[in-house]
Amino acid sequence: MTTSEVVVAGVGIHPFGRFGDRTATDLGVVAARAALAEAGVTAREQIGITFCGTAYGGVASGHRVMSALARSGGPIVDVEAGCASGAAALMLAASAIRSGQHETVLVLGLEKMPAGVIRSSFFAPWQEQAGLTPAPAYFALRAQRLMATAQLTTRDLATVVVKNRANGVANPDAMFRTAVTVDEVLASRLICPPLHLFMLCSPNAGAAAVVLRRARPDDAGAGSVRLRAAALRSHLPGDVLGEATPLSGLAVDDIPAASTLAATAAYEEAGLGPDDLDLVECQDTDAARELLAYEELGLCGPGECGRLLRDGTTAPNGALPVNVSGGLLSKGEPLGASALGQVVELVRQLRGEAGARQVDGARVALAHTVGRGANASVTILTR
Amino acid sequence: MSGVAVRAGLFEQTDAGVTLLGDRCRTCDAHQFPRAGICTLCGAPDPVPVQLAATGTLWAWTWVTAPPPGYDGPVPYGFGVVELPEGLRVITRLVLDPDVAPTVGQPMRAVLDTVGTDPESGHDLVSWAFSPLDASVGL
Repeated sequence: MTTSEVVVAGVGIHPFGRFGDRTATDLGVVAARAALAEAGVTAREQIGITFCGTAYGGVASGHRVMSALARSGGPIVDVEAGCASGAAALMLAASAIRSGQHETVLVLGLEKMPAGVIRSSFFAPWQEQAGLTPAPAYFALRAQRLMATAQLTTRDLATVVVKNRANGVANPDAMFRTAVTVDEVLASRLICPPLHLFMLCSPNAGAAAVVLRRARPDDAGAGSVRLRAAALRSHLPGDVLGEATPLSGLAVDDIPAASTLAATAAYEEAGLGPDDLDLVECQDTDAARELLAYEELGLCGPGECGRLLRDGTTAPNGALPVNVSGGLLSKGEPLGASALGQVVELVRQLRGEAGARQVDGARVALAHTVGRGANASVTILTR
Repeated sequence: MSGVAVRAGLFEQTDAGVTLLGDRCRTCDAHQFPRAGICTLCGAPDPVPVQLAATGTLWAWTWVTAPPPGYDGPVPYGFGVVELPEGLRVITRLVLDPDVAPTVGQPMRAVLDTVGTDPESGHDLVSWAFSPLDASVGL
């Protein structure tokens, strides 16, 4: 293990859900305290720099957490990259270590979202007035196109929800911890056809934290989790339904997605490929988004995502379990925290500490987020 | 129809119907909507302003059943993507008959759609939309 390698020294999470009057800062303090304790960080001066991912947290979100915890005068930087905010913070933290500038870095992600459809300052007011900003409708259009190109049915979409909600039952940090059936999913309210209510994740609140540290010689042991890649990418022009959310695009179908760009970069950074993966946490903002991620991340070829679902490959006991945490469909989506929530899950899996959710023998894990901007992240962890 | 456009420079109504206002790049020949001072595909400056075709085909569709934040117009409304012969796919409202399921690939034409009331003038606030070519719905 070389000194430029990055290890995960500690992780912490505040459950994702809705917590009344508790502020995003309150949640962030819980997650940060847990991660710092696990990492054995006892003196505030040990934290070289703090990065805090949040989209709705407001001015100096990271500073507010650190004011309650450990003011050291060190730099604190908030990072906004939409749904990938936490992963963007992780990428910057890894760079700060690899550059030799810092030895130990704290990465926070926190959010407290209003319930319901997310209002985003991404759009111009006239676009809102014209009714051109409904997020679930964009998800629905993307789902409809995927259903056509990959021969999917609405039952397939419902099956993703059934899988992830069943996984979420065993996750004490998830918001929804009850299993659902295909019939229940299809009987839930039709929001934007083909998407029913249960096929859409819920914006909520939560926080997660990761302490990264430069590898030391004594980190070579089997228990240590290494951050092998933290890639963030935006979009190429021209994809009308890409997460850049343009008003027009080209009539071509082979423009690489932002998630594909991030995955390609991450595989190269890690020197690993899709065949090496033991488990994946991916963006299941809606049920079709998970299936699209199978293709964008190279877990299967174009048009093959339905097979991975139907043959059980991505089930918890399958060859490549996806979203064993329950995914965003069970956990809900606190934007700034969701990517680091995935990392917390994967670190626990790689350490063998995931309890009833444990994927036996997990050694290589990938986390993926994507959202408006476009912002897409792919993180690869190994032990 | 009388009304105030949600934004100037997006569309025009002529005797021939409604057309969206786009650009054609002098370098890569790609079209884009709405107009911009640069080709957003290749970065070349000074694209040629054009009127886009008034008809196209349906590429994707859904219904919006709850008003998104900042929208005061009627619900439900159709929403989707129409592909124009210039090789352009456009995000658009859809004026659809709720009792007739649309079909991907069906011919569509540009129309105007009331999306609310202009708070300053009290007139209808109007946006572009697409409607099935063979239907009498639309304005």
